[in-house]
Amino acid sequence: MLKARDPSYARVEDNDIRFFRGVLGDTGVITDSTALQALNQDWMGKYEGKSTVALRPKSTEQVSKILAHCNARRLAVVPQGGNTGLVGGSVSLHDEIVLTTTNMNRIISFDEVSGTLVCEAGCILEELDRHVGAHGFTMPLDLGAKGSCQIGGNVSTNAGGLRLLRYGSLHGTVLGVETVVADGTVVDMLQTLRKDNTGYDLKQLFIGAEGTLGVVTAVSILCPPRPSAVHVTYLAVPDFATIQKVFVRARQKLGEILSAFEFLDQQSLELTLTHLEGIRNPLPDTQTPFYLVVETSGSNEAHDYAKIEAFLEEVMEEGWVLDGTIAQDSTQTAAIWGLREGISVALKHAGAVYKYDLSMPVADMYSLVEETRERLAGLPVEVVGYGHLGDGNLHLNISTKKYDENILRHIEPFVYEWTAARRGSISAEHGLGQMKADCIGYTKSHEAVKLMGQIKRVFDPNGILNPYKVLPQSVSADSADAVAA
Amino acid sequence: MKRILVAVKRVIDYNARIRVKADKSGVETTNVKMSMNPFCEIAVEEALRLKEKKLAEEVVAVSLGPKACQDQIRTAMAMGADRGIHVLTDTELQPLAVAKLLAKIAERESPDMFMLGKQAIDDDCNQTGQMLAALLSWPQATFASKVEVEAGDERRAVVTREVDGGLQTLRLRLPAVVTTDLRLNEPRYATLPNIMKAKKKPIQQLTPQDLGVDMAPRLQTVKVEEPLKRKGGIIVSSVEELVDKLRNEAKVL
Repeated sequence: MLKARDPSYARVEDNDIRFFRGVLGDTGVITDSTALQALNQDWMGKYEGKSTVALRPKSTEQVSKILAHCNARRLAVVPQGGNTGLVGGSVSLHDEIVLTTTNMNRIISFDEVSGTLVCEAGCILEELDRHVGAHGFTMPLDLGAKGSCQIGGNVSTNAGGLRLLRYGSLHGTVLGVETVVADGTVVDMLQTLRKDNTGYDLKQLFIGAEGTLGVVTAVSILCPPRPSAVHVTYLAVPDFATIQKVFVRARQKLGEILSAFEFLDQQSLELTLTHLEGIRNPLPDTQTPFYLVVETSGSNEAHDYAKIEAFLEEVMEEGWVLDGTIAQDSTQTAAIWGLREGISVALKHAGAVYKYDLSMPVADMYSLVEETRERLAGLPVEVVGYGHLGDGNLHLNISTKKYDENILRHIEPFVYEWTAARRGSISAEHGLGQMKADCIGYTKSHEAVKLMGQIKRVFDPNGILNPYKVLPQSVSADSADAVAA
Repeated sequence: MKRILVAVKRVIDYNARIRVKADKSGVETTNVKMSMNPFCEIAVEEALRLKEKKLAEEVVAVSLGPKACQDQIRTAMAMGADRGIHVLTDTELQPLAVAKLLAKIAERESPDMFMLGKQAIDDDCNQTGQMLAALLSWPQATFASKVEVEAGDERRAVVTREVDGGLQTLRLRLPAVVTTDLRLNEPRYATLPNIMKAKKKPIQQLTPQDLGVDMAPRLQTVKVEEPLKRKGGIIVSSVEELVDKLRNEAKVL
């Protein structure tokens, strides 16, 4: 399965280490095997790299010097943020040098009028949210990994998360990036403008490029005002068709205050209750195949509550919602979100997990979970489905004790083919990483992929940035034009 | 038991950011999320569990303060309380006045048990339950971590309380005052059908005048200040430097 090491890359030599120490000092160069282990292992314990050196720059200038050296020497580099990715994009495959942005964690500025935050790539999402929160703003994205993921990684994977429904994707909220491309050139696109139609919008290429075009070293991002009234409801719904009715009604009735519409199936709930301590079932007396977490964020407590009550009365009367609860205080709010966000952690505790992050028409979403469940009947697996229903984003997860090629054969390419047949995306928000680099063709046309290969070679002609990821090797390599033709 | 009264207090949500008013007279409460005091929530839950075990027939939630306190009474009723009593007042409420109001309500309602949170998370007074017991001359069990009715004698409660270094078990004659501690139970979520039903449950509204209670404050708030900001730590480079700082700066050696 593992792609062979591309022999055109050089191997790290003592001279290289000396050079890195010269640029970063001794503490910026990690060669100790214990310290390296944490950087070589991905969050799920699924991918393990073999890097023998990791670099911890403190400034864009240092990143520039490192990349210029690596480019000249043809040393492959894997940029790494909080290493919370789910597709093996932030760890090496072979001996690529890990370049971690952890020490680049300064907040550069925050504009209290526009809500524009400018900060370095290594800032942790939760800490940024706390920082802007003190000024009455909030980060436009929120995800389960907020306590350790870094904004540079978020931007590089174009992370979606729980609030995308409300604030849109990073393609809209990121106003600027500073990036270092493969030859060490610093490209300063760190604007803080909402409107800027001067030429091609290059920063968009780096949002979601997973570090294959450049290392994002700083970002400017537009933060919305922090909502002062937040209400969370947890609803029990009998079937997937009904969820869609509830969704349509929620959009009609809750309008501008609707901020999240998440679903989980009974299997997700049970797995989380079993494998995660401290999680309570909010509705212990109700058993139903599906549950929803619906959140509103607004500025007027009483007004919002009246809207939610009216919405809930309607969906109860229609018989679409069988039971539910409205969090009465922030303890209950946190507990309901803890359950939804805990699914991913519980899956990790349960053993090995095959994760699929798919976009598709909402109506099709759950059929895939059911068909996968049928295909895998008899195998020692638990198939669970949950996700951001409001965004048409399904998280299909197959939990088992240990990674097993036989199980994988039953899942892939079935899941990808099924999704492609419905013009869905095989990566809604996780990215392609090493897991799905060869699968891009399920979602993107041959012509589009070929153009991506050409772009890759403009920014990174030697292919040193995050190799073996995102694009098939045949596309990103020098000879790709010939191969593709 | 025929009836349990539960006092519920409207407080600033434990997760809300507390801002001291500019004139240092108190903390800002406008536009701040308010919730039921968590210890009161535990008291409501316990009363409901006693009712569900058929050890009590009726649970009544009582709250004192401005009109918005009805939100907390509704929450208690959405959890399962049968009805509510609201004493409407915009005067500052201090423990003694609250205890007097509750005592008057107890005289009217003749409950078999009056349950309260051991303290409220806003002023942390931890006085009201004790004062109420004294005013009523009822036995009291504070900091309850377990509440039972004695087998074979339903006029007696057996209450386990958390004390330093262990547990103390009390047996008390009813009616009694019980204040609830954190580990007594985990309050339930109010379900939608019950939230809807709660809207139709009655809330009786009273005033301090109806109850003939003198609300004059006995305590005067001199000043409210934020705690000192924690200073950032420093990293020392050697044991010698650490010892030096501990000895000469912190003066703890």
